[in-house]
Amino acid sequence: MTSFDLSEILGNPEYVSMLVLGIEMTFIVAIGSWLLAMTLALLLLGLRYAPGPAGNAFVTAYVSYHRNVPTLVQLMLWYFGIFTLMPEGLTFWLNDHNAEATFAVIGLGLCQAAYFSEDLRSGMRAVSPGQMEAARALGHGYVSAMRYVMLPQGVRNALPALINHSVSLFKNSSLAVAIGVAELTYAVKEIENLSFRTFESYLLVTVLYLVFSLMIMAGGAYIARKADPMRSGRA
Amino acid sequence: MISDIVAIIRDYWLLLLIGQYPNGPLGGLAATLMLSVLAIAFAFPVSIALALARLSKSPFLNWPVTALVYFTRGVPLLMLILWGYFLVPLVTGANVPAFLTMLVTLVVYQGAFLSEVVRGGIVALGHGQMEAARALGHSYLGAMRYVILPQALYNVIPSIISVFVATIKDTTLGYVINVPDLTFAASQINNQLLTQPFQVFFILAAVYYVICWSLSRVAVLTERRITRRRAGTAPQPTAKSLKLAALTDQPS
Repeated sequence: MTSFDLSEILGNPEYVSMLVLGIEMTFIVAIGSWLLAMTLALLLLGLRYAPGPAGNAFVTAYVSYHRNVPTLVQLMLWYFGIFTLMPEGLTFWLNDHNAEATFAVIGLGLCQAAYFSEDLRSGMRAVSPGQMEAARALGHGYVSAMRYVMLPQGVRNALPALINHSVSLFKNSSLAVAIGVAELTYAVKEIENLSFRTFESYLLVTVLYLVFSLMIMAGGAYIARKADPMRSGRA
Repeated sequence: MISDIVAIIRDYWLLLLIGQYPNGPLGGLAATLMLSVLAIAFAFPVSIALALARLSKSPFLNWPVTALVYFTRGVPLLMLILWGYFLVPLVTGANVPAFLTMLVTLVVYQGAFLSEVVRGGIVALGHGQMEAARALGHSYLGAMRYVILPQALYNVIPSIISVFVATIKDTTLGYVINVPDLTFAASQINNQLLTQPFQVFFILAAVYYVICWSLSRVAVLTERRITRRRAGTAPQPTAKSLKLAALTDQPS
């Protein structure tokens, strides 16, 4: 057994560049799917409030599927399953444009949208209905009352949950390794295979993940503090 | 398409149910469920110990557990599984089956998550219960054992079921270290058939959906029942309770 030596990895330019590429891909997948998830979540939230039962039923089914099927299985279904059913032209185009990463973003984004939309909905439900009535009485239209009165409060209520789920989205970007995306977990397995420095390479990547996650938590806590009217004195 | 799915189920239902058993290790759905049940069964006492340690005033108990909770919240489970795959055989010095490695990893990971649930349940009870129990002559641990924990654990049963659902979903990650579970069986079938990946993974998703959906319904119904029994005292959702709910309801 060789002794612990981090410089075996950090001193080797080849490994360092693999790490950097891995971090880059992890961020591409995480940020891409976060943006997709948040956009979809707002749309789903809108559908929840749409008149008629159809929108609500659709969102319920959507959320139910994405919450009760493991994310890894969803990714596999996208990449191994749905990918093969697509028209040939699209398949070729995707293969030229990093199909693995594309499907990781789609799979993780669609899955996370279910969680984000539920967070927003619980946040909205915690806003008292009197707020809506007061806004309407003051002359706001429905949409405008939503936009200026309900949503700001609902999103603020949902912030802790949204932050927690953003962290878990970042962690779940590691699942992309199962469909062959060359992100951070992929990089650590490669480095371990080449260097035989299992402990050092795992330690390095674990610390990287931990630091990024803690940064998201701290950033989220900062935003939540800024958004709190009781503290910033705007109320 | 539907006839393909029916044909796959007809030909491979046994592999999906129990894997290669009895000619190999127990696999398939049976292994997935066994892994999840054992993981929660072991994680439960661990989580109570961790929650009590985190609530304790002693920094020697409090700090390491807080660190562990933040560690499991910040590092992907996949990374912990790789650690387990590397460390468990190193510590035990034996050739450990992947099933056991996965079990140990899940107990640590879900134990930390569950400890936050238990801690939330204890904190939500408020100080009054503990003060009353102490005033009646209970020691700290006695009050915990006979007054606080029975109420707190009862109140968090729905969240414990949610963690169980999360555990079932987490067992799929055993795929990366070749744990012979349901996902592993499905990918074996896919490798044999080669031409029907969508159908195979659709069946896989459907099986997980049925199991996790049923358990989630149980959690919702239990929650309603508990709220009814605690009628009048059930708190409205607050920012704090939403935060706790988000913690127990993790995608995986």
